[in-house]
Amino acid sequence: MDKFITFEGLVAPLFQSNIDTDQIIPKQFLTRIERTGYGAFLFNDWRLNTDGTPKTDFVLNNPRYNGASILVAGANFGCGSSREHAPWSLTDYGFKAVIAPSFGDIFFNNSLKNGLVPVRLDEEIVERIVENAKAVEDYSLTIDLANKTVTDAQGLNTGFEIDEFRRYCLLNGLDDIGLTLQNETKIDEYEQRSGIASRFNAA
Amino acid sequence: MKTLYDKIWDSHLVLEEAGKPSLLYVDLHLIHEVTSPQAFEGLRLAGRKLRRPELTFGTIDHAIPTINRELPFKDPIAAQQVATLRENCREFGVKLYDLDRIEQGIIHVFGPEQGLTQPGMTIVCGDSHTSTHGAFGALAFGIGTSEVEHVFATQCLQQDRAKNFRINVDGDLPFGVTAKDVILGIINKIGAGGAAGHVIEYTGATIRGLSMEGRMTVCNMSIEGGAKAGLIAPDEKTFEYIKGKPFAPKGEAWDRSVEAWRSLTTDADAGYSKSVNIDASTLEPFVTWGTSPDMSVKVTDKVPDLSDARDENESRSFERMYQYMGLEPAQKIDQITIDRAFIGSCTNSRIEDLREAAKVVKGYVVSGHVNAMVVPGSMQIKRQAEEEGLARIFVNAGFEWRDAGCSMCLAMNEDILKEGERCASTSNRNFEGRQGRGGRTHLVSPMMAAAAAIAGHFVDVRGWKFKD
Repeated sequence: MDKFITFEGLVAPLFQSNIDTDQIIPKQFLTRIERTGYGAFLFNDWRLNTDGTPKTDFVLNNPRYNGASILVAGANFGCGSSREHAPWSLTDYGFKAVIAPSFGDIFFNNSLKNGLVPVRLDEEIVERIVENAKAVEDYSLTIDLANKTVTDAQGLNTGFEIDEFRRYCLLNGLDDIGLTLQNETKIDEYEQRSGIASRFNAA
Repeated sequence: MKTLYDKIWDSHLVLEEAGKPSLLYVDLHLIHEVTSPQAFEGLRLAGRKLRRPELTFGTIDHAIPTINRELPFKDPIAAQQVATLRENCREFGVKLYDLDRIEQGIIHVFGPEQGLTQPGMTIVCGDSHTSTHGAFGALAFGIGTSEVEHVFATQCLQQDRAKNFRINVDGDLPFGVTAKDVILGIINKIGAGGAAGHVIEYTGATIRGLSMEGRMTVCNMSIEGGAKAGLIAPDEKTFEYIKGKPFAPKGEAWDRSVEAWRSLTTDADAGYSKSVNIDASTLEPFVTWGTSPDMSVKVTDKVPDLSDARDENESRSFERMYQYMGLEPAQKIDQITIDRAFIGSCTNSRIEDLREAAKVVKGYVVSGHVNAMVVPGSMQIKRQAEEEGLARIFVNAGFEWRDAGCSMCLAMNEDILKEGERCASTSNRNFEGRQGRGGRTHLVSPMMAAAAAIAGHFVDVRGWKFKD
C-alpha cells in the first residue's frame, strides 16, 4: 500500500446521500478476477450511456473536474454491498480521498486497506466544500493526514477525526496481514484454548 | 452486565491492546466466486498459506445461471471466475459445494442449512448479507476482499468493538404481515444509515414468535439499516433447527453445545447505546417506492409527495427517485403495475417463503403482462419444494421454476431487468440498476410479490381470496 501523508488535489462534487457501491461499480464488472483496471467502470451507469459515450450531465464528465482526485459526497457514501471493487475503481480512476458526512462501514474499512482516505466532516462543512467546488474553477483541497486537517485557499481549515491506528497504517503504508502475523503465537494459544480445530469434524 | 454481542466479542478476543483494533478469531469463513479470487491471489503472491482450511467453506452462487447450468456458461468471464474458485479451493484445501451438489445454494442459505451456522460463533464472508447468520445468535458480518485474505492468512480480523443497538418488536403480527414487513418497517424508521457503527440485537415477543426463516429475513437486512450485524438470541427454535444438520454437533457434543448456547442472552441489566421500540400490530405490508431500502410505504398508502420531504436534500432525492422509478408524487401504491416478479435471494428464498408465496398463487395464473420467476435458495430447498407440491403450483400458474443462486437480486447472470422494467422483488436492495440498468425494483414480501404477479399490480395481500 502506498503511503499517504499530505495530499493536494482537485475536488469533484457528487452531493447525494446513500450513494451505494452498486452505483460506484455496477455488478456487471464483478466477474473479473483481477484487482486492477476497475477505473474504467467507475460510476459506469451514471457516467456512460449504454453505447459507451459519456453522459454530459454527469459531474466527472465536466471538463473542469478532469483529473479530480478528491470526491465530495453526501451522507452514507458507499453503503450496500461489501464489494472491494468500489475502492479499487475509485483509486484506479485517480481518487485519493473521499469526503462525506458519513460512510457505509464496510466501504470505510475497504478504503483504508487500499490507501483511499475516507474523511468524515460535518454536513455543513461538506456542503461548503461542495459549493466551493461548484463556484471556484480549479478548486482544490489539501488533506493533511499527519495533522488531520482539511484546508483550502478560500480560508477553510478544519480538523477531522480518524482512528489513530488506521492513520498510522496509512502514513506508513503498512500491511495489515503482516501486522497480525506478528501475533501468531497469540492466535495459536487462542486455538488451543478454544479447541477450534475439532469444530466441524461431525460431518 | 453484558449484551449478547459483548459476550460473543469477548469470547473471541485473541488480543486486545490499547490504541489498536482488537484481534478477533473467526470460527467460520464462507466464500463464493466473486469476492475471493483476488484474496487467494494475494496469498499466493505473498507466499502465505491458508491457516484453517477446515473452517472455510465455499459454494457458488452470485454469477451463475439459474437455467441450463449444466451447459457451458454464456458469459466466459463468469465461467473463468467459477473455474478460478474451483482451482483455488483445490489448491488451498477448501471444501467447495459445487454446482453438481444438492447442498449448493446461496451462501447464506447454505451455511444454516448445513448446520455450519451455530450460536455464539463469529462468521464472516465477503458479502454484506452475512448478517443473515445473526438469526442464530452468531456474530456474522460482511467483509471486503482484503479482509477475506486477512482471514485466510490468520483466521482473525482486526476489529473495533461496535456499539449495541436494541430493536424491540412486541405485539401480534397481523395476518399477511411478515418478517419482511417487520424489517422493512424497521429500516423505514431508523433510515438506511441509522444503525451505522452498531450491532443490532432484535428482541421482543414478535421476534421470538418468528420462525428461523423469518428471523433470517430480519437479520439479513440489518445491513440495509447500516448495521455492522444483526443478532437474535438463540432459543429452543434455534436448537431445533440446527439439530441433525450435517455439521451440527452430535451425541454428547450436542448436549454440551446446547448447554453453552443457553447462556447466549443479554444480561438483564446490560445497557444499549441506542434503543427503538416497534409495535408489530401497527405494521402493514410494505412496498418500497424509491431507490434506497428505507424509502418504503404501506401498501394502502401513496408515493410521498414533495411536501413529505424533511429538507431540501430529501426533496431533491425524491425528485430523482420519481424520475428513475417512473412514478408520480402521491400515486397510489396499488395502482402501480409491474412487468416482472422475482421470488428469491438470501432474504426470501427459503422453504417457508416459498410456502407462503405458493398459498397466494394456488389456483391462479400470472397476469398476462408479467414475467414471474421463483429461484429457490438452495438445490435442497428446490427439491423439498418439488416434493411438497409447491413447484407444481408455481409452474401451473406460469412462474418460471429455476435452479438455486443469487439470480436477479443483483443480476450478475442473465436474470436481469431491461431498461424501464418494473419488478416486485423479494430481495433486499432497490438501488438504481441493481436488478439491471434502468430497472425499477420494489421490495416486498414473498406473499406480496406473488399477489402482484397474479394481479399485475401491487395489491394488499390481506384482502386476498385464497383458493384451497
